[in-house]
Amino acid sequence: MNKYTININGKNTKVENVSEDMPLLWVLRDVLGLHGTKFGCGIGQCGACTVHLDDVAVRSCSIPVSLVNGKNITTIEGLSENGDHPVQKAWEEKNVPQCGYCQAGQIMNAVALLKENPNPSEEDIISGMHGNICRCGTYNRIKEAIQSVAKKGEKG
Amino acid sequence: MKNTIEKSLIKKIDRRSFLRTSSIASAGLILGLHVSCASKFGQEDRSAASFEPNVYVTINEKGEITIIAHRVEMGQGIKTALPTILADELEADWGKVTVSQALADEKYGDQNTDGSFSVRMFYTPLRKAGATARLMLEQAAANKWMVAVSECKAKNSEVIHQGSGKKLDFGALAGEASKLPLPDEKDIKLKKASEFKLIGKNTPIVDLKDIIEGKAKYGIDTVVPGVKYAVIARCPVAGGKVVSYDAEKTLRVPGVIRVEEIESPGFPVSFTLPAGGIAVIAENTWAAIKGREALEIKWDEGENSDFNTESYLKELEKTALSKGIVKRDNGDVDKSIKTASKILEATYILPHLSHAPMETPNALADFKDGKCEVWAPAQNPQLTRDVVAKALKLDKAAVTMNITLLGGGFGRKSKPDFVVEAALLSQKCQTPIKLTWTREDDIHHDFLHSCSAQYLKVGIDENDKVTTWNHRSVYPPIDIHFNPKAQIPAMWELSLGLLDMPYDVPNVRCETNNAKARSRTGWLRSVSHIQHAFAVCSMADEIGVARKMDPVENLLDLIGVDRKIDFDKLFDGYPNSGEPLADFPWETSRMANVVKLVAEKSGWGKTLPAGHGLGIATHKNHLTYVACVIEVKVAHGEISIPEIHYAVDCGTIISVDRVKSQFEGGAIYALSGALGEVTFKDGKVEQNNFDTFRVARMSDAPTKINVHLVENNEKPTGVGEPPVPTIAPALCNAIFAATGKRIRKLPIDLGL
Repeated sequence: MNKYTININGKNTKVENVSEDMPLLWVLRDVLGLHGTKFGCGIGQCGACTVHLDDVAVRSCSIPVSLVNGKNITTIEGLSENGDHPVQKAWEEKNVPQCGYCQAGQIMNAVALLKENPNPSEEDIISGMHGNICRCGTYNRIKEAIQSVAKKGEKG
Repeated sequence: MKNTIEKSLIKKIDRRSFLRTSSIASAGLILGLHVSCASKFGQEDRSAASFEPNVYVTINEKGEITIIAHRVEMGQGIKTALPTILADELEADWGKVTVSQALADEKYGDQNTDGSFSVRMFYTPLRKAGATARLMLEQAAANKWMVAVSECKAKNSEVIHQGSGKKLDFGALAGEASKLPLPDEKDIKLKKASEFKLIGKNTPIVDLKDIIEGKAKYGIDTVVPGVKYAVIARCPVAGGKVVSYDAEKTLRVPGVIRVEEIESPGFPVSFTLPAGGIAVIAENTWAAIKGREALEIKWDEGENSDFNTESYLKELEKTALSKGIVKRDNGDVDKSIKTASKILEATYILPHLSHAPMETPNALADFKDGKCEVWAPAQNPQLTRDVVAKALKLDKAAVTMNITLLGGGFGRKSKPDFVVEAALLSQKCQTPIKLTWTREDDIHHDFLHSCSAQYLKVGIDENDKVTTWNHRSVYPPIDIHFNPKAQIPAMWELSLGLLDMPYDVPNVRCETNNAKARSRTGWLRSVSHIQHAFAVCSMADEIGVARKMDPVENLLDLIGVDRKIDFDKLFDGYPNSGEPLADFPWETSRMANVVKLVAEKSGWGKTLPAGHGLGIATHKNHLTYVACVIEVKVAHGEISIPEIHYAVDCGTIISVDRVKSQFEGGAIYALSGALGEVTFKDGKVEQNNFDTFRVARMSDAPTKINVHLVENNEKPTGVGEPPVPTIAPALCNAIFAATGKRIRKLPIDLGL
């Protein structure tokens, strides 16, 4: 059992009494009580647990805590002050969620995608979001929401 | 799937007794409404249950309105839809409405949220409740102003005096209104459809903001102080038992606290009982998972260890080819087939499917001092509470069942086995237990939609009229949960798309036959409509090919002249989704209408690029008429879907946007059912997770899904399940149009 310090949502957070192989997902959820990041598959196949390591989208279920020691992690709780990140606002405008369970992961993935490529083509969006499963089937609205953010970016 | 007997009575609630049963403290007007119903699923007839009001609306002195949502939210939008119905009639300012989720309690009548019937059942009673409260507020204003109530009109949370323009807020009137007697039912006037402000519009779901901020609480997010985390090792073969186990290595895993055995009930496995196995309890979920990996368990795999789907499907196919047990027999099939000039025969095979909601089964149970409080994403709150009480040997009054948001349900979470597991562990350990199923647990131990084989034989006469329809459907029955010896599906299962085949054919015979369940089986979104619609809608297309007719003209000819079909006269025991045919008749004109609408909107007959094809299917289910056109592109052995068009007649619509979203999403869910499968080898599920159980991803999604809604003032019907059944047959019919290859087995294998 080791001690780790992770910068989570801008705050240095100490994590103790966890095994070094514990995935970041369970550290966030069971140790720190940050439940916005969801468990979906545990093997990096569904994207429900997506967070940002620096600005890059990663699957927190497949990253051991020992690898994020001293790193910057952003979760859905830290994405914006009042849920007003442009991507969150686009999700709201398009009424994307149904059950909503996968949407934190979808949003985190979309934010990282747009950061890397502010004007993605439809193909870019499809390949960039391929790893995020939604069983309610909100894919087309997700695509529209991402496209609407990209368009606003063009204007601005 | 329900027999519902609607009764409604609106009640004014005594404030003190209300506060005893509710956590919402409020002064002002409190109204309750009683709706009772009976379920087909072996539960008590709730028409005889206690006559307590079960849907509350409260208006406090600040004008804040609280409406209790007593049904379960899993993405279908019901937590928003039902309150908007009441709020519209109340003339409430939606911005002042708070929606509060109910506990499990008989006083709410049926809370079992499945069968696509929440809106259908509660539409009128909730309108009456809203209109009653509105009238009382108007009366209170009339009393204050000493004018006739007919001069007072509620509008947007205020009552306005039409002569003087004086206004009073609902909050200022709530206290006075609460002192009034309930108005006579004959004085309650419901709004005209043209006056609706929320019904038929696009009210965003009440949890939208919480969801996008990551604040929405699902079952899996619920914890209490001192909670310990559990996972369970279950026998990989359904009905198997633990012979012995060694937990020495498990107990050495850091964070593991203890292990507990849960008894196996054997086979068949009821959806109300745990599968049994060895539970690992730890300080966190990860330690529990690692501890489970270290367990050494010797299993008695039991009677299903030789179950292989490959050979089982061959058996089903063989069974379907021989004469079965007749459930519908009209005209003379044997005679008419002899005079047919063309005979078509086909067998359709469908696989097992897993529900796989994004949130896996999970529950939190806190057993303390002879009582148990539970938080669970449960579709069937009261049944869940009852089976937990039974398993813990408690009076059900000692079990409090809190219902969370569901991260998807699709029928999986109406089976409370996982909640019982958590409750048993909390009782054994005398500590709060958070039980989580991993995705592998979910795929391995789901109550799967069953695999099936269907044989169809159709006779066409010399005038190209279809004269004979003989359909045999064989699959292990869901009825096994209610009748453990059942080997044929119950009438309610067969009435989901097999027996209620609507085509205008004079000689019809529908049969089933024995098929023994060898795995955990159950209902999944749209249930047996999945296999029945696939066979019926695929054969319809094959008939069109045989008759050299355009598929749309062919379908309209099969549907025949406008008429109401009295299925209860064609065979015994037709449930009509629990509604009398007099109230919800089976109207072929509405089916023909959606077919024509979808053909028009999809540009049926348009010129398509090479490798593209259009396919059509129509199917009524859960009282909703649906027709679907899919454009498929087949290139390099791969399929993609440029476009889907749905035409939908679900009567009166509460939220246009949520109806559309159900169809957009239902198309994707159904597409997963055409692409993926669960298979068994030596009794064990061969898939483990989303790496091997294929579900539709964004890259599989149709480029565009268009939902065309029929506008009418018919009674509202369901939309949760109706999107599913037409997708697979419309897609396979489109593949035929594009390639000439007929797909009769799912998942789709082009073999190109």
